[in-house]
Amino acid sequence: MSELGTITFGLLIILAAVGGAAVLTWFERRLLGIWQDRYGPNRLGPLGAFQVLADMLKLLTKDDWVPPFADRLVFVFAPTAIVVAMMLGFAVVPFGPELYVLDINIGLLFFLGMTSLAVYSVLLGGLASNNKYALLGGLRSAAQMVSYEVFMGLSLMGVVMLTGSFSMRAIVEAQQDLWYCIPQVLGLFTFMIAGIAESHRLPFDLPEAEHELTAGFHTEYGGMKFAMFMLGEYLGLILISCMITTLFFGGWLGPVLPPLVWFCLKVFALICFFVLLRAAIPRPRYDQLMSLGWKVMLPLTLFNLLLTGAVALWMEG
Amino acid sequence: MIVVLFYIAAVIALAATVAALTRTNATHALIYLIVSLLAVAVMFFLMGAPFAAALEVVIYAGAIMVLFVFVIMMLNLGAAGEARERQWLAGRSWFVPGSMAALLLLEMLLVLGDAHGVTSGTAVSPKVVGMTLFGPYLLAVEIASMLLLSGLVGAYHLGRRFIVRRGDH
Repeated sequence: MSELGTITFGLLIILAAVGGAAVLTWFERRLLGIWQDRYGPNRLGPLGAFQVLADMLKLLTKDDWVPPFADRLVFVFAPTAIVVAMMLGFAVVPFGPELYVLDINIGLLFFLGMTSLAVYSVLLGGLASNNKYALLGGLRSAAQMVSYEVFMGLSLMGVVMLTGSFSMRAIVEAQQDLWYCIPQVLGLFTFMIAGIAESHRLPFDLPEAEHELTAGFHTEYGGMKFAMFMLGEYLGLILISCMITTLFFGGWLGPVLPPLVWFCLKVFALICFFVLLRAAIPRPRYDQLMSLGWKVMLPLTLFNLLLTGAVALWMEG
Repeated sequence: MIVVLFYIAAVIALAATVAALTRTNATHALIYLIVSLLAVAVMFFLMGAPFAAALEVVIYAGAIMVLFVFVIMMLNLGAAGEARERQWLAGRSWFVPGSMAALLLLEMLLVLGDAHGVTSGTAVSPKVVGMTLFGPYLLAVEIASMLLLSGLVGAYHLGRRFIVRRGDH
């Protein structure tokens, strides 16, 4: 692709991701409704789809208030960090054999870097709010994210080992014969859990647990700033789904249908699965969450790494 | 083009580091430090070391600084902390560290006087970095891992003592 084409494509992806995130707010509630035997938002427009517009209007017209006791600069900066980081994360996702913004040999590390930068949004938001609930939410998220980031990176190293590259395109192309979800099933499992924890969605939404912390780190946020946090969260969900598709489910690979359609179908199925998780699993207690991370998931990831390494060496002879 | 980008990143890194030193609000100082680390990552990338750049973001900006912010949250310094910080930053305390840094700068300028260009022209791939680390520099890797292990054991010990003491009550 030419330079101009790449820039246009990048902008298109950002637009599509933001649009997707907006529609997802409605889609998730409808899907949750079905699984929890209730309706969900079904009043506005076909199937209630115009709910998205209504929500947007509501958020746009709300008073954009900064509490007088907050650290103004950081308070305003915090919600943008997660949105920017997540949008940048999409740069390394290959949507098709020729459809990508960036194909660098550190693609996977770039993604990990962006997710770890997104943490600051929650952290600084909680710190700048100068509110005890927000601070507790921020503290929790700091501990949670750092703990889960450790094995998030490690869980992907099996895939890297089998491919021999950090490049996302190389990883997809190496799955021509067999998707990595089979040889790397442990990696898939751990990465998926780490991914949900990183995007702090239910059941891992301890940082905002509304029954104990009001709304956690974004207690003091309203209007468009709150919308930015939500946008970041849904962008994160889409990004994690894209990543799992690319790393474990063969990315754009598939018979008959064009590559982009395959990619979107797989991402869509994964998003539905994440919504199902939200509907089905209750929130764990905080200490349970931490001990799950350090005592179960981390050893499991290390075991996977050891196993993959041993098999890779054995195959080489 | 690369040279221009490099110098922009360098200026940002320098300005952010100075700001990180002079801010009295700990949170603001940390944000500047994070910006400085990100700028250094960009510089690494432009110099042909993408792997080092990625690790700079993942490890320094993304993990270690998060722990710093975590500690600041626990301490919750507020206005008293800022006043104390301002006192520390005032006047005379700059003299000794400032003159030492100036000497170092002078030395570096002398050394860099002969060097030409900012990039090596070759990009070092992650694979090459790995081969070098686990080949000729294996001993350094092992020493670093031992250091980390001792840190882990120390942290475990401290945490364990806390649990026992709490159990006594």
